[in-house]
Amino acid sequence: MRLVTASLSTVIVVLALAACGGSSSSGKTATINVWAGTQPGGSFQDAAKQCSASSNGAYTIKFNALANNPDAQRQSLVRRLAAKDSSIDIVGMDVVWTAEFAEAGWIKPFPTAVADRVRTGMLQGPVQTATYKGRLYGAPGNSNTQLLWYRKDLVSRPADTWDGLIKQASALPKAGRFEIAGAAAENTTVWFNALVASAGGKILSGPRTPNFGPPVQEAVRVMGELADSKAADPSLAQQKEDQNRLAFQSGQAAFMVNWPFVYPSIKTAAEGGDKTAKQVLDNLGWMPYPRVNANEPAKGPIGGFNWGVSSYGKHKAQAFAAAACLASARSQKIYLDKDGLAPTISAIYDDKKTQGIYPFYGLIRKGLETGAPRPSTPAYSDVSLAIYSTLSPTSNAAKPNALDELRKNIKTALSPKGVL
Amino acid sequence: MSTSASAAGPVATRGTEGAAAESGPPKRKALTERARAERKLGWMLVAPAALVMIAVTGYPILYAIYLSLQRSDLRFPNDTAFVGLSNYIAILGSSRWWTDLFHTVLLTAITVSIELVLGMMLALVMHRAIFGRGLVRTTALIPYGIVTVVAAFAWRLAFSQAEGGFVPKALGLSTDPLNSTIGIWITAILAEVWKTTPFMALLLLAGLALVSDELHEAAKVDGATAWQRFWRITVPLMKPAILVALLFRTLDAFRIFDTVFILSNSGVNRNVETVSVLSYNTLLTRLNLGLGSALSVLVFVCVALLAAVYIALLGKDTIASGTGAE
Repeated sequence: MRLVTASLSTVIVVLALAACGGSSSSGKTATINVWAGTQPGGSFQDAAKQCSASSNGAYTIKFNALANNPDAQRQSLVRRLAAKDSSIDIVGMDVVWTAEFAEAGWIKPFPTAVADRVRTGMLQGPVQTATYKGRLYGAPGNSNTQLLWYRKDLVSRPADTWDGLIKQASALPKAGRFEIAGAAAENTTVWFNALVASAGGKILSGPRTPNFGPPVQEAVRVMGELADSKAADPSLAQQKEDQNRLAFQSGQAAFMVNWPFVYPSIKTAAEGGDKTAKQVLDNLGWMPYPRVNANEPAKGPIGGFNWGVSSYGKHKAQAFAAAACLASARSQKIYLDKDGLAPTISAIYDDKKTQGIYPFYGLIRKGLETGAPRPSTPAYSDVSLAIYSTLSPTSNAAKPNALDELRKNIKTALSPKGVL
Repeated sequence: MSTSASAAGPVATRGTEGAAAESGPPKRKALTERARAERKLGWMLVAPAALVMIAVTGYPILYAIYLSLQRSDLRFPNDTAFVGLSNYIAILGSSRWWTDLFHTVLLTAITVSIELVLGMMLALVMHRAIFGRGLVRTTALIPYGIVTVVAAFAWRLAFSQAEGGFVPKALGLSTDPLNSTIGIWITAILAEVWKTTPFMALLLLAGLALVSDELHEAAKVDGATAWQRFWRITVPLMKPAILVALLFRTLDAFRIFDTVFILSNSGVNRNVETVSVLSYNTLLTRLNLGLGSALSVLVFVCVALLAAVYIALLGKDTIASGTGAE
């Protein structure tokens, strides 16, 4: 008897709670579910709170954390979006997902008024990553670009081209390595795309049209050159960005092309009592992304993420407003402050605080203005797979048939069949 | 213990079926009203479970076959069409499938053979244990009781230099074993063997129990050495149990996923990619339902072929031993 009463009362409580939930969602305040990878500093949650508070009761953002790894994030999101899950309002999208999500109809383009507001004061590179077929599909939340990092004690004046740097590194008696991520993963696509763009070309001229001009040839040549040189790290074929950082930090290299996260990481190691890291930090220099042609400025890679609005959420107007708020200068300052994420809004770089966190802020802002987004195609994951499985290990680039292989694989990736 | 019972099941059933078939025809006619009613009740009791099984296994399999004949990609919802066997042609014409199949077969062959030898040794120890038999059997089973993903992570954390594993330190390795293809292979084989040898041992232990001690004693009296007794008495008598153990393990090993996936860093190193990892990546990373389903169907066909081979061997064996006994 007691059991029956207990279970009955549970049912009543649950029903009452459900009724409460129902009344609040049908009321004025909409609950906006944001799904994104979480950051160690918790800055997304903080920005979400601030946006909810300043929305004057229009919406409350509920932050749902996804895995740290972007591939895992994409898998979780895509599964739900393909099933038209209405419990997703805003998605945190890696910059390379825009075309795929937009073409599949999973996200909605921003209404003109909101789009104009989002674009104001934004750097060109990040805006391009969020644009597909001329429409804005995401509000750039943060961005990133790579720089050339070097050891001032080993090289007094680094060259500004890949060829020059490889020559300099090979000529060094010791510690002449040139660190770059050559593992068979997205990092190789990032590298290849930046080389093609710096040589004045594009991998794709349309969502499904490959473009195999001389710039592609140049990019393959540079990769082969590095792989064949004495400057290449013996484990180039397995290295990802953080392994590059570790090798550089332990004094094994003179040059490294990498994202700015290396600066706080090396700093932390040095402050933790690592003597080599301290020496590396004291002699750390930075330069813009290396050029391919001496007389043509380089176009470095662009990373980061954009806030997209799901097609299946119940409160689209509020979701667009919330996405714009999560990409606003106020939110981006929180991301920068707590998690060191590079802003997409030019004015934030004028801030003294930004300049303190990023002593190389000028190079980042310039890189984001001139950088080259990766190919905008719904088949991006296939194209990227085709690129990195052909060009990693990097020594493949030095093989005579590298270019033919690459052409063949990219073509297959763009065909509706897809690749294995 | 329930595993050993279910594993011994097929053998036992076959035995009784055989016995029923020998003296069957006269008895079958004499089936009483009551026996018939009991049989009917039996069918009705089994029906719900059987229906659920068909619904949860049959429907997905049929749906996968249907999808495998389509050009269907979650990214292009409006571009779906019937394409016949072209997904299969694309897969079988791709070197990636054959490379991955080779990886899978190699991994299966190596791990199952090591497991068979170690499992037999472990089974003999468990069978002959004089004191603490329960304790020995329980400890031996611990690795098998651990969730595969968890075990794979444990091995990864132990072997990965980047993640501070103790193995590279203890062996004085200068490079990360999980950064090299051969390193991942060795770790995956070790992890698989460690994890599933107990299962093999348990199935073999059930087989060992079938061998009566009298035969051994008789052979001993005739002057057979321990080695001769093992090869001439134990192994032939427990052949069906060995085949069942091999069947279960081979089918399992062929579908290996978790260990390889975790150790190769979410399937990033394609030099250790197995067919299951390939179909996972095609389905869930590249969202190509057509190609991915065709891959799954092909894996299913491979497993079915393996099972058919074993069952044929097993059938021949029981028939042979049946006539031998007569």
